[in-house]
Amino acid sequence: MTWILAKLFGRLPIGWMQLSHNRSRLFAALAGVAFANVLVFVQLGILGALNGTITAPYALFRADILMSSSDANTLTDGSNIARVRGFEALGVAGVRDATPLWIGNIEWLQQNGSTSTLQTFGLDPERPEIFQPPLDETVGRLQLEGTVLIDTATRGVSSGDLAGIEQGSAYRFEANGRTLSAIGTLSMGGGFSADGTLIASDQTFLRLFPNRSAAAPNHILITVEDGIDPHVVVERLRMALPETVKIDTLLGAAEADQQYQTTERPTGIIFGFGVLIGVLVGLVIVYQILSTDVADHLSEYATFKAMGYGQPFFLGIVFEEAIILAFLGFVPGVVISALIYNGLSAATGLPVEMELSRAFSVFLGTLLACAISGAIATRRLAGADPADLF
Amino acid sequence: MGNVSPIAVQGLNHWFGSAEARKQAIWDVNLEVARGSLTILMGPSGSGKTTLLTLMGCLREVQDGSVRLLGEELNGANEAQSVALRRRLGFIFQAHNLHESLTATENVLMGLEVHGRGNRNRQRAAAHHALELFGLGDRLDYLPANLSGGQKQRVAVARALAGNPEVVFADEPTAALDKDSGRIVVETLKALGKERGTTTIMVTHDNRILELSDRIVTLEDGRIVKDQQVSHQP
Repeated sequence: MTWILAKLFGRLPIGWMQLSHNRSRLFAALAGVAFANVLVFVQLGILGALNGTITAPYALFRADILMSSSDANTLTDGSNIARVRGFEALGVAGVRDATPLWIGNIEWLQQNGSTSTLQTFGLDPERPEIFQPPLDETVGRLQLEGTVLIDTATRGVSSGDLAGIEQGSAYRFEANGRTLSAIGTLSMGGGFSADGTLIASDQTFLRLFPNRSAAAPNHILITVEDGIDPHVVVERLRMALPETVKIDTLLGAAEADQQYQTTERPTGIIFGFGVLIGVLVGLVIVYQILSTDVADHLSEYATFKAMGYGQPFFLGIVFEEAIILAFLGFVPGVVISALIYNGLSAATGLPVEMELSRAFSVFLGTLLACAISGAIATRRLAGADPADLF
Repeated sequence: MGNVSPIAVQGLNHWFGSAEARKQAIWDVNLEVARGSLTILMGPSGSGKTTLLTLMGCLREVQDGSVRLLGEELNGANEAQSVALRRRLGFIFQAHNLHESLTATENVLMGLEVHGRGNRNRQRAAAHHALELFGLGDRLDYLPANLSGGQKQRVAVARALAGNPEVVFADEPTAALDKDSGRIVVETLKALGKERGTTTIMVTHDNRILELSDRIVTLEDGRIVKDQQVSHQP
């Protein structure tokens, strides 16, 4: 290692030699960096899970445009929208189809006695193409009233209960006083407001929710004709429809929902704050490690300074240490974080996953934090007379 | 540059502390040192010997007066000038100040690498030669922790001299050495003065080496109180 670095730098790799000389301190420093990494990763993981559960329902649909009431910020809040807006939309050039979407939560009392909240989507089974594969095939089978698709990843579900569905034996259960028959499955998993997902036909939905009206769905999903930019159609729809209606591309609506929930709702703000605190604590830990290291070697650095080494040399040493610490600390940090993600995911049913882009940005962040801390720590050396440092 | 003296101090004053606690440590010191000579600074502790040494050696900022080192004025010199000057000097400190994670050879190499990234093998050979000169040929790859105090001090001397300095500043270099080792160090410095014109300024209490010097300057309370040339029998 020393030899390789010496070749690389064209000088003695003082930083590495200094770090590796005192093994116990090196391990303490690495543990510190790893801990800072874990801290940030866990907070980012939770925030990422929130983001994931917000956008996951949008990803069920193959629609191009989402039309909602103007006071709706998420899929589930705000007023309902008049179904006629869908018919009006059909009159706008470029619109191929518009289909209403009803959303509501039902309580599912399982055989093992636990209750799960299922977010239920009601849609016209005559338009299965509004779903992404493989749901576009199964949704067509929901014509028969009382049939539903159930989420096998529902939080708290006993794995055996739903196993027979794929073999063709429907799973029957009761909800809202009606008997439902699950004839197919999907796998979504729980979010922060529900434990799982249920998909039903519009007729089934309206029987499950007697107080909901066929004339007032939550949203209207719109597809555009082939080769037309949805953004153009969004503009046309905005011109054609009254201001009580909010129109955006499905992707745009998912992004706006995520933005709203992470910055304007308590859960999102708290998790965002957690990330901030995690980053700050991580920065402090890394700064402590590097500034202590510089302080401990001050008299040796002073000797080098007296010998005619300038500030770039010391920055070089500290950057070398920063890169080594960032890299060696990141490896255990990311492994431990991945294990914690698994645990969190198993315990909550939330999609807490290690993403490559997240891992990469945390590594870059660590590197940057180490380098900046090191640069600040060496400032003590810059102004001082060598004679005062011995 | 042969006839310009390597060190010329004029009207030098120096203070420590600030405001009320400000205390003058050097009072109007004037000193000129001849090229190739070995000058010893003596005096009781607290007399300002080390302060004067570090001021002349570009390790401490000059506050008042003039210090010309190798023809360059240190009063008001910027960082780049100081760094360039220090590379032409050799320092031997009271504490050995070796880098604990570098071997003896590597510590000496640090004194050579400061001059640029030359041929590594040649630099290594030069480092080994310098260590062998001070009887450390069998300790080349030892870490400081595995060397005795005297050996560490000799590594520090080798490090200071390996880069062919024009002026050597030494602060109690023989304190940690036995009589023979101390004598070897001082004799080497003297020989360098004769052969290469290396000038040495040394702070010491060690009476054993006074006879080897060319000049003894005595300080008391920050002032030069005695300045005597040492005559050597031919």
